Amino acid sequence: MINMFEVNETNKMIEQENLDVRTITLGISLLDCIDSDLEELNRKIYEKITTTAKDLVKVGNEIEKEYGIPVVNKRISVTPISLIGAAACKTIDDFVTIAKTLDKAAVEVGVNLLGGYSALVSKGMTASDELLIRSIPKALATTERVCSSVNLGSTKTGINMDAVRLMGEILLETAEMTKEIDSVSCMKLVVFCNAPDDNPFMAGAFHGVTEADAIINVGVSGPGVVKTALSKVRGESFEVLCETIKRTAFKVTRVGQLVAQEASKRLSVPFGIVDLSLAPTPAIGDSVADILCEIGLEYAGAPGTTAALALLNDQVKKGGVMASSYVGGLSGAFIPVSEDQGMIDAVLAGALTLEKLEAMTCVCSVGLDMIAIPGSTKATTISGIIADEMAIGMINQKTTAVRIIPVIGKDVGETVEFGGLFGYAPIMPVNQFSCDAFVNRKGRIPAPIHSFKN
Amino acid sequence: MKKTIITVVGKDTVGIIAKVCTYLAGNDINILDISQTIVQDYFNMMMIVDANKSSKSFGDMAVELDKIGEEIGVKITCQHEDIFNKMHRI
Repeated sequence: MINMFEVNETNKMIEQENLDVRTITLGISLLDCIDSDLEELNRKIYEKITTTAKDLVKVGNEIEKEYGIPVVNKRISVTPISLIGAAACKTIDDFVTIAKTLDKAAVEVGVNLLGGYSALVSKGMTASDELLIRSIPKALATTERVCSSVNLGSTKTGINMDAVRLMGEILLETAEMTKEIDSVSCMKLVVFCNAPDDNPFMAGAFHGVTEADAIINVGVSGPGVVKTALSKVRGESFEVLCETIKRTAFKVTRVGQLVAQEASKRLSVPFGIVDLSLAPTPAIGDSVADILCEIGLEYAGAPGTTAALALLNDQVKKGGVMASSYVGGLSGAFIPVSEDQGMIDAVLAGALTLEKLEAMTCVCSVGLDMIAIPGSTKATTISGIIADEMAIGMINQKTTAVRIIPVIGKDVGETVEFGGLFGYAPIMPVNQFSCDAFVNRKGRIPAPIHSFKN
Repeated sequence: MKKTIITVVGKDTVGIIAKVCTYLAGNDINILDISQTIVQDYFNMMMIVDANKSSKSFGDMAVELDKIGEEIGVKITCQHEDIFNKMHRI
């Protein structure tokens, strides 16, 4: 039987070390809503979401109460809207009506974010894909809870550079539309290489076309738990260090598995995956950067950071993979800047630069995340940053992403406040040399040689 | 049979166990196991209980125990045992 020591350990993780289930994300397929009549399409989408997800928040809250584990977010992901709207949408404004419908449905069922205002264009863009991408600035500016993502490349297809170029412009346009409030719409927009179909985390969650009609995906989080565990093994060997991370990741993930199974049972929706992630928040002690410091760095960004992060990411996966029957999503350590107090401190101290962050993305689970850059940055420069990140994903056969916020009217040295879980960020300098001629080439970068495995 | 774990943590005072046990008995909740220690004046107790015969819902029980905890100045938490089993048993 369970003993007092074990009970206390679990409760200490929850109460003092910020262990929580970061999100229960209900993936909903909208493929059966497709209609050539726009009004009918909107009606069907609203109905499908509000019916399928009507108990999501209630069940999340029940689980939270019964197990004593916070379930921070309940969210929804839907099939990429560029596919769903293709038959009905002829203009940008047609697509925006769908965004508004999604927003309304999210409010109705009580979820704080809904992902899937997305297009998958890793090889080419259909007319509908391009229209959706061009509608993103307006869609995000006129809705509150809708999140958008675009998959620009993959190891199998190469990188769609036409879409990369377009996204540089779209990102600036999105920033411009909400310039009065520090361009915050850009927080809800992310571009990917090798985007996973079952990611429960926002802003990049969408319900892939290979998925079932509805599915429960769960993202756990516990940077504080790992940090506390590591503080007890200071000065020990790498073997001890790695074992400690693995054991902790196992325990954290088991909670995710339990919550996913319970949610699946109570909602009568199949269980998809647990995303084994260390997702930080701005709360003190809930930081991935603090783990890196605990491993032995003065600040995140110091020499050794990439190695420490690689080790951390790998051990989290090794520990977590046995704890859950299905793992997926992004799985690994997230390194957002604004959402992690330790990362913010590192930037302010001058220890962490955009270039070092890029190196770190080679070994972590996502990419350049929640980074504020000057609003005066050129569209081609943003496309260049995106292309670099996509190339890292393509060559290393991993997911990479870019979620940067060009803050219109602000420059290096200033700070931008995103509020709540999104935190705040110092604006980081961007390399000023031009990549215009590179970005303005037409077409796509071919798939790498190691993608030909047939 | 799902069991519930009740933990009581706080400054030691007279009658903590009595108060909690009286509540449990009054609501047909059977105590299966109790362990308790005092570390530096801090009272620390864990109970494993069977609440399946109780007419109270889990939510009501948690709220009412929390209230009792407030009255005597300790923190009382109720959780299904699964979260601990999952985390500490393979």
